[in-house]
Amino acid sequence: MPLTFYRKPALVAYVTCGDPDLVTTREIVLAAIEAGADVIELGVPFSDPVADGPVIQRASERALKHGTSLAQVLTLAAEIRVQAQSTGLIIFSYLNPILRMGIDKFCKVARAAGVDGALITDLPVEEAQAYLRAMRQHDLSPVFLAAPTSPDERLKRIGEASRGFVYAVSRTGVTGQRQKLADDARKLVKRLRRVTKLPIALGFGISNAAQFMEVAEFADAVVVGSAIVETIERNRGREAAAVGEFVKQLLVGSGQLSVGSK
Amino acid sequence: MAALDELERVYERAKRDPKFQKRLDELLRTYAGRPTPLFFARRLTEKLGGAKIYLKREDLLHTGAHKINNCLGQALLVERMGKHRVIAETGAGQHGVATATVCALLGFECVVYMGTEDMRRQELNVFRMRLLGAEVRGVSSGSRTLKDAINEAMRDWVTNVRTTHYLLGSVLGAHPYPTMVRDFHRVIGREARAQILKAEGKLPSAVIACVGGGSNAIGAFYEFIKDKKVRLIGVEAGGRSEKLGDHAARFRGGSPGVLQGTYSYVLQDSGGQIALTHSVSAGLDYPSIGPEHAALKDAGRAEYVSASDAEALEATTLLARTEGIIPALESAHAVAEVTKRAPKMKKSEIVIVNVSGRGDKDIGIMRENLKIN
Repeated sequence: MPLTFYRKPALVAYVTCGDPDLVTTREIVLAAIEAGADVIELGVPFSDPVADGPVIQRASERALKHGTSLAQVLTLAAEIRVQAQSTGLIIFSYLNPILRMGIDKFCKVARAAGVDGALITDLPVEEAQAYLRAMRQHDLSPVFLAAPTSPDERLKRIGEASRGFVYAVSRTGVTGQRQKLADDARKLVKRLRRVTKLPIALGFGISNAAQFMEVAEFADAVVVGSAIVETIERNRGREAAAVGEFVKQLLVGSGQLSVGSK
Repeated sequence: MAALDELERVYERAKRDPKFQKRLDELLRTYAGRPTPLFFARRLTEKLGGAKIYLKREDLLHTGAHKINNCLGQALLVERMGKHRVIAETGAGQHGVATATVCALLGFECVVYMGTEDMRRQELNVFRMRLLGAEVRGVSSGSRTLKDAINEAMRDWVTNVRTTHYLLGSVLGAHPYPTMVRDFHRVIGREARAQILKAEGKLPSAVIACVGGGSNAIGAFYEFIKDKKVRLIGVEAGGRSEKLGDHAARFRGGSPGVLQGTYSYVLQDSGGQIALTHSVSAGLDYPSIGPEHAALKDAGRAEYVSASDAEALEATTLLARTEGIIPALESAHAVAEVTKRAPKMKKSEIVIVNVSGRGDKDIGIMRENLKIN
């Protein structure tokens, strides 16, 4: 069961696959794991990323320019799994590429690749019956997003449908870095605790060690996405090394590496 | 999701509230200019030499297109929800103008997202929106057209959902939008059905409308769905060729998929990436289609064809010179279909064409494409 958080808070690292190319993505992911990431979200680039801010939009455009596909991302997952057995791997995608492949086929291929779970940004839990059935059948963990605006009843439903962890969105809006962590975040995690026993990962807008440490007080894991993708964008030619350094600095800065390694 | 639930609740309550209906009807009558006439196109009929052609004149509405029907309806819901900021997407600019108009009328802050490609080709409407006090934000991602404007509006909405209503302009997006927007446009078909019965004492053989997202078409079709003998014909944008990327004919080149919260026919590649589209008319230039049209198509109740850019431009000139009506390039696609179909029909038959908007906004494109001295 690699969908396990080994430290508190654990680090969930997101990358847009195929930016700048798939070979580099593999190096980046391995560097992030080496530096201490607990779970990797393999982002499938999509032509219309409505839930994403400008950083991930740009990365998606770059990745799509040379035709990065869901099938390729699943192959990449299999390659990473060979080299990293104890790290959680999640496919992070919009719904349409998965529908196009077929939900069943997606689950089958993902399972065979050694993927642990999936998060589909634009699939609300209310519409997820067929997906949940297929995920269960292939022993994959569905992860759903919980928003500050979700009423308690919906949080409960999200908690019941999710496996592995619940992804709490720190504020209303799209992905991207923010100076300050919203008050919404703490409240949402508190509300989630009342309806689920699953670990809670907090994401959207977290980009530095100080914020990482702040989240450690109330959540089990932190998702860092846009900050990593921006590190990739700014370090042409040495993407993997730069991401490794960035992750290390996040974890050292928050004192987490001293807790012990996995 | 919470905002969609709230919208659905408020809408369902309003629908059954006579006070809401009365206020909406009054605004439609005294402000928008309803009912719109159903006009017998005598010279066009003679020229084509077949079925009698009637034009439903939505182009005569305030702001120049059917879009105002839906905007007034949703604006009254915004009041009920106690929100004060309205955002919208626009392709041709007609929905943006209609939204800016109702926001001025009711005192809401208004932001309209528009692809930069569309801003260029619909310059006049950009100015109209600004004149009405709306902020127009250019979107330069993707194809820089309607689809990308919707993406950006959705991003704004999820960020500011507590204070903001997304006044979606077509029968697209997540529930309850496709149903609600259709309901606000049903008045088109309701009027047309009563008008044709009064004028001719019988129902038409066919109703023809252009289909981008599909709001004017579903509005024109809906009251006729139960009249099984009335053929319902939607006209998509055939663009410049049949190649993926060169048109917006979802039923010809599309397959089931999800875009922007709607499961419908979508123009996409083998990996599920949404395809680029092209049409001379910005309002039809969109890779998906309202889900109710997909259902009507699958059930065999409506048929969908396409008209090319060139055919639409030719139909524009024809309607201008036979009836003195310059249609929007979107509506010209419906006119193009009637020029193909009417000559093959009996003189005793009747066709209604929905002229969803007027062509003023397209004068620049027409001038570029039609060699008129």
